[in-house]
Amino acid sequence: MGNLFKIALRNLRRYKRRSALTVSLIAFGVIFVLVFVAVTASIKDFMIAQITDSYLGDLQIHRAGYVASIESLPLNLNLTPEGASAIEKVLGGLKEVESYSERIKFGALFSNFTETTNIRINGVYPEKEFATCSQMLSRISQGEKSVRALERGKILVPSLLARGFGVKIGDTVVVVATNKDGSVNGKTFLVSGILESATGPGGRDGYIHFEDAMEILRLSGKEVSEIAVAVKSLGRVQEVAQSIRGGLGLGEKKQKGGGLEVHTWSELSPFANIARMIDVMTFFIKLMLIAIVLISILNVMIMAVYERVREIGTIAAIGTLPRKILSLFLVEGFCLGLTGAVVGVLLGLGIIFVLNLSKITFDFGQTTGLILAPTIDPLEVIMASIMVIAVSVLASLQPAYKASRMEPIDALRHV
Amino acid sequence: MSLVVAQSLSKTYTTSVEVKALQEVSFNIETGSFVSFVGPSGSGKTTLLNLIGCLDKPTEGSLVVGGVDVVQLGRRDAAAFRGENIGFVFQSFNLIAVLTSFENVEYPLVMVQNKPPGERRTRVLELLQAVGMSDQKDKLPDQLSGGQKQRVAIARALVTQPKLVLADEPTANLDHETAYTIIKLMKKMRDELNTTFIFSTHDTRIIGAAEIICTLEDGRLVGCEEAHG
Repeated sequence: MGNLFKIALRNLRRYKRRSALTVSLIAFGVIFVLVFVAVTASIKDFMIAQITDSYLGDLQIHRAGYVASIESLPLNLNLTPEGASAIEKVLGGLKEVESYSERIKFGALFSNFTETTNIRINGVYPEKEFATCSQMLSRISQGEKSVRALERGKILVPSLLARGFGVKIGDTVVVVATNKDGSVNGKTFLVSGILESATGPGGRDGYIHFEDAMEILRLSGKEVSEIAVAVKSLGRVQEVAQSIRGGLGLGEKKQKGGGLEVHTWSELSPFANIARMIDVMTFFIKLMLIAIVLISILNVMIMAVYERVREIGTIAAIGTLPRKILSLFLVEGFCLGLTGAVVGVLLGLGIIFVLNLSKITFDFGQTTGLILAPTIDPLEVIMASIMVIAVSVLASLQPAYKASRMEPIDALRHV
Repeated sequence: MSLVVAQSLSKTYTTSVEVKALQEVSFNIETGSFVSFVGPSGSGKTTLLNLIGCLDKPTEGSLVVGGVDVVQLGRRDAAAFRGENIGFVFQSFNLIAVLTSFENVEYPLVMVQNKPPGERRTRVLELLQAVGMSDQKDKLPDQLSGGQKQRVAIARALVTQPKLVLADEPTANLDHETAYTIIKLMKKMRDELNTTFIFSTHDTRIIGAAEIICTLEDGRLVGCEEAHG
C-alpha cells in the first residue's frame, strides 16, 4: 500500500503545476464551504438566540389548543394552578432544564390618560423570566436593567408604544382588561422601563409582575398561559422536549391528547423557516463543492491516464494486475482530495480565526452592533473533509477503471 | 526441453483491410536459448513476440509457453502468467519516469510478486550490480543515457527470475557500440541465470550475437539456424 502512495505522490509531483492547480481549486471549495457554514451558523445562532433569549424561551408548554388560538390570548385555555404545579415538578426534575418562567398573557387596553390603545401583556415573575430569557434585560433601553424593573406596580412598555404615546420612565399609565368572566378591571402602573422590540410575535409585548396580572384578571389561583423553558444546550432542545413529554405522560404523537402541548422554539417562531432556508443554502453550497471536486479531479485524472497510456501498457505487460492499476489511479485521486481537504481545512480554520479577531459587526432586527463570531462544529469539518476525499476517489473511478481495462498491446503502441 | 512451442501460429488484423501479420508459423525454443527473430519491418517480429508474451492472441494455431497453453489464458490469468514467467525489454526502455533505477527494478517485485522488502533489496542490488548500474541506482530515468536505461530495463526484466525474457528491438534506439554492449549483457545474464532470451531485431550489426537466428519474411518463418558468431 505504501508503494501505491509513493508512486501516486511522485506522479502528482511530476505534473506540479496541474496538481497544485487542482489542489488549490479543491482547497478553495473547502475554504468557501467552511467559512460559509461558520458565518451562517454564527448568524443563525445569533438570530435564534435573539428570539429564544429575548422573549420566546427555548420551548414552551401550553394547555392543548392554546397555541392554535394564541392570537386571541384565550384566558379560558390557561393551565390550572394544579396543572401548572405538576408541570413545574417535572421541569424541576430534569437536569437539562436551565430555568423556566410561568407567564399569564392577556390582551388589554393601555392608556396614558389622554390616549388609549391595545396592548398584549405578559405577567411574569421577574427573576424567573430574566433567567429564562437572558436577553430580556438588554432589551430595556431606558430604565433600570434589573429585576426591580418588574416589581409589583411597575410596567415595561414596548418602545413603539412608548414612542407613539410619548410615554417616559416614571409616567403613570393604566392597563384595563376583561377577565374570563367578562368583568372589566384596571390598574395603574409606573413605567419602569422601555423595552426594545424583538423580531417575531411576542416581540412587542408589555410586561408586568405576575401577581399584578392576577389582580387585574381577578384570579384566585395561579393560572398560567404558558411556561417558557430555557435548556442548557439549545442543540438538545428536541431531546429535552421529548423528556418533558415523557415526564408529563405525553407521547410524541399524542402530545395534545393529555391536555398539554410542548412546542420547541422552531415550532413557535416563523424564523425557523429562515433557519431552514439557511440550511438549504448550506446544502447547495456543499453540492457546489462536490461539483468542483468532481469536475477538477475527473479532469486531472482523465489527463493523467491519457498522458500515461504507454506507462500503463508497460506496467500491465510486466504483469501488474488490473486491480492494482485501478488502485494506482484511485490513490492518486485520493491524494489530491486529501491534500486539497487538508489545505482547505487549515486555511478555512485560519480565515474563521481571523474573522473572529476582526470583530465584524452586523445588525439584526432592532439589535445593532452584533459581533460576528463564526464558529464551526468539528463534525462539519470532518464531514466536509470526508466528502471531498470520497468525491475525489469517486471522480477517479472512471479514469482508473479505463486505465485498468486497457489492453497492454494497444497501450504500448500508443504514441 | 522446449520452453516455447508454437504450432501453425497465424495472426490476422482486420481493420479496413485484412492484414496477415503471421502465417502458419511453427517453431520450438529450448530453455536457456538465446534466440533472435530477424527480418525487415513488417515481417511479423513484434506480433510474434506479443503472442509469446501473452500480450495478444493468435487468430489460429497453438502456443505453449513453459508448459502452459497461453492461448487459453484469460486477461487476468495472462497478466499473472506474465508477472511470474516473462520479463520484457522494450525498444523505448519504458522505464517508469517517476521511479529511480532502483525503484524501477524493484517495481515488479512490489507490484506484481509482493516480495518482502529484504528480499527485494538484495535481489535488486544484485541485478543492478550485474548490469553495471549500482552507482546509478538513485537516478531517475531522465538522468540516464539510452544505454543505461536499457541496462535498468534488463535488470527489471530479470528481477522476477522469469523463465523467459522477450526483447523487442532492444537496441533500436542505441548507437552501435552501446547496442553491442547491451546484447552482450543479455547474453551474460542468460549464462549466469539460464534464462531464455528471445529478441527481435532488424539491425544486421548485432544479429551475429544471437545463438539461434530465426528469419521472418512477410509473416512467414523462413527458417531457424544456429549462428556461429
